Amino acid sequence: MFNWISQVVSVTQFSIRSLPQRKGSSAAALLGIAGVVAVMVGVLSIAQGVLKTMQSSAGDSNAIVLRSGADSEMMSGLGGEDTRLITEAPGIARDASGAIASPELFVVINLPMRTTGTDANVPLRGVQAPAMTVRKNFKLTEGRMFEWGLNEVIVGKGARQQFAGLEIGSSIEVGQEKWPVVGVFEADGGLSESEIWVDAAVLQPAYRRGNSYQAVYVKLNSRDAFNEFKDSLTSDPRLNVKPMRESDYYDSQSTTVYNLITGLGTLIAVIMGLGAVFGALNTMYTAVSSRTREIATLRALGFNSGPVVISVVSESLLLAFVGGVFGAGLAWLAFDGYRAATLNWASFSAITFAFDVNLKLLAQGITFAMIIGLVGGLFPAVRAARQPIAQALREL
Amino acid sequence: MKYFYLIFSSLKRKKIRTGLTIMSIMVAFILFGYLTAIRQAFDAGVEVAGADRLIVRHKVSLIQLLPQSYEAKMERIDGVDNAAHSTWFGGIYQEPKNFFAQMPVVPEELFDMYPEFVISDEQKAAWLETRSGVLVGRGLMDRFDWKLGDRIPINATIWGKKDGGRTWEFDLVAVYDGAEKGTDTSQFFIRYDFFDETRANGQGLVGWYTVRISDPDKAAEVAAAIDAEFANSAQETKAEPEGAFIQGFANQIGNIGFIIMSIMSAVFFTILLVAGNTMAYTVRERTNELAVLKAIGFTDQGVLGLVLGESLAITFVGGALGLGLAWLLVSMGDPTDGSFPVFYLPTSDLFLGLVLIVVMAFIAGIVPALQAQKLQIADALRR
Repeated sequence: MFNWISQVVSVTQFSIRSLPQRKGSSAAALLGIAGVVAVMVGVLSIAQGVLKTMQSSAGDSNAIVLRSGADSEMMSGLGGEDTRLITEAPGIARDASGAIASPELFVVINLPMRTTGTDANVPLRGVQAPAMTVRKNFKLTEGRMFEWGLNEVIVGKGARQQFAGLEIGSSIEVGQEKWPVVGVFEADGGLSESEIWVDAAVLQPAYRRGNSYQAVYVKLNSRDAFNEFKDSLTSDPRLNVKPMRESDYYDSQSTTVYNLITGLGTLIAVIMGLGAVFGALNTMYTAVSSRTREIATLRALGFNSGPVVISVVSESLLLAFVGGVFGAGLAWLAFDGYRAATLNWASFSAITFAFDVNLKLLAQGITFAMIIGLVGGLFPAVRAARQPIAQALREL
Repeated sequence: MKYFYLIFSSLKRKKIRTGLTIMSIMVAFILFGYLTAIRQAFDAGVEVAGADRLIVRHKVSLIQLLPQSYEAKMERIDGVDNAAHSTWFGGIYQEPKNFFAQMPVVPEELFDMYPEFVISDEQKAAWLETRSGVLVGRGLMDRFDWKLGDRIPINATIWGKKDGGRTWEFDLVAVYDGAEKGTDTSQFFIRYDFFDETRANGQGLVGWYTVRISDPDKAAEVAAAIDAEFANSAQETKAEPEGAFIQGFANQIGNIGFIIMSIMSAVFFTILLVAGNTMAYTVRERTNELAVLKAIGFTDQGVLGLVLGESLAITFVGGALGLGLAWLLVSMGDPTDGSFPVFYLPTSDLFLGLVLIVVMAFIAGIVPALQAQKLQIADALRR
């Protein structure tokens, strides 16, 4: 056994030490694998970014109430009386100023994107004071809060970055009126950072919504209080509403985008990976064929074919690993944190998010590289080990 | 002919290597074809947009409605041929993932406004007779296996019915085909009169207008005239060419063109390395033979051509296979299961692929070919 292991070690060392002799083809295989991993990690980080934005929007013990049958705030509609009944439901957490329940209005306004100059449907949210308590870690980072009752707005960090004309001091045009931007806020990287906020009482007349709202966001006493809250609302004959946990709601909002990007990204990575496998095979066949005599000599000296196979495969795995790390690192440097905007079909409004190259993706990328390396090394290795010694020794 | 024979026999020399190189090039071109089709799916509307059509919407946002009375006012503006309105119905068929666009329109206006929708006269008449009738695109009909005469229930998310219900039932009475390859046949048109009298609220309000102008060169002026007409009213408008409107919408999803270009660059860079490396190897291995060829009278240019020819042969076989397979894959249907309005590989991009093949062959082969050209006979034979 010990003999076998020492054979493996010495043959592997031998083949890895001779790597510099095959710089060109090894580098080509390595870079090829790096390219595949970089593209795969890059594309999938878009999906991860959208998912992260959605997930960090959800408060643990929070719930959202929409009109039943509505899948997003955009489609929903609740009368003023409905929202009053909802805020009185049991299970809602309270603070000094009363129930932490926020009836909100959700519309969009067309503003140009910085990248293309073409219009985007930027979400415009009408809120009441509890909105800031319901959201996780809501805080103003610049400027001040808008005055209640005045035509003033505050904008999310993401919105200000992606859409033109949202600096403090500039203003947005709503019909005949100009609403000045007075502050910028953050909310834990959540969805609200893509939005513009204004007093609901100001937004209602501007969009001819009377005294109606679209959603009520509530903070519950605990995660377990949800069932009590839900039952009380769904059993109330005066209401026709759908309460959901925030986490479920945001999951459903991101499913389409997430699946589309992940599906396409995986498809592209698999096809590209196939190309890289061919490249790696080529490199390893060349490596093996240029060492035909060396390998045959080793075997004539008494080395088993097992160690020979292992040495070729580990050379290929080493190349793939370095390539994978290189590609994943490149993707991380190039894409992590890169901010972009896309359209959330579910709510017909823009969301801004940051590409998220996380550890899971990096590990996935490197694993994928190793699979390419394994496949690329195995066939040439077996061939090297199977060649009749006498014939191989005679080869040029 | 002798060159062909020489190229062929050198390709046969290391069959595995030649095969693997061809396969990796093939993969690059499969991706090229497939990604091109995806980009096309996002851009489709822009290319087939009518140069003589404008879209007029509420200035503040697309979700705000405009009065139906704007139609007559717009048609009085100089340079406006016809104006027709559409509204976003936004209903759900069975479940949310079966997304497609539904829009109430006035049938006669639609026939006039979209000559690219091909409908038989018989079905046109059937739609005009059936108030609850709908006109659907061929692509949409195939997606859900609908037949003429089917009754299709749609759950309204925006438009409740007067009777308090939210499920609208429509009769499939007409289907349209696209006159061009890029025509969107995934739409579902409802009759506006039926819609307006059945909806619970919003009577007389519509989503946006499509306006046909008599002179496409005057698009900007007519658009400005339309916006001026409604300036300072409660519902101001924004008019823009149909192509710009669709482009703006595609831009919202993301810079698809840029993302796809980046991926393609990475793919081709990778494959170029593989192919270039193979060519370099072939030349290095055959230094002796190439010197012999020169010694028996092949010119420097001849040897250069030989190596480039070999590179071209490999790339061409791989590239053509790849483009062919991509075409096959694309014609099998789109990866999103019907969410793309169109999914096909445009002929112009097939030609672009052919150009890319030649470019790639040249780049991969030129360095080794120059090396072969410069080879000194005496030197090389001694190695």
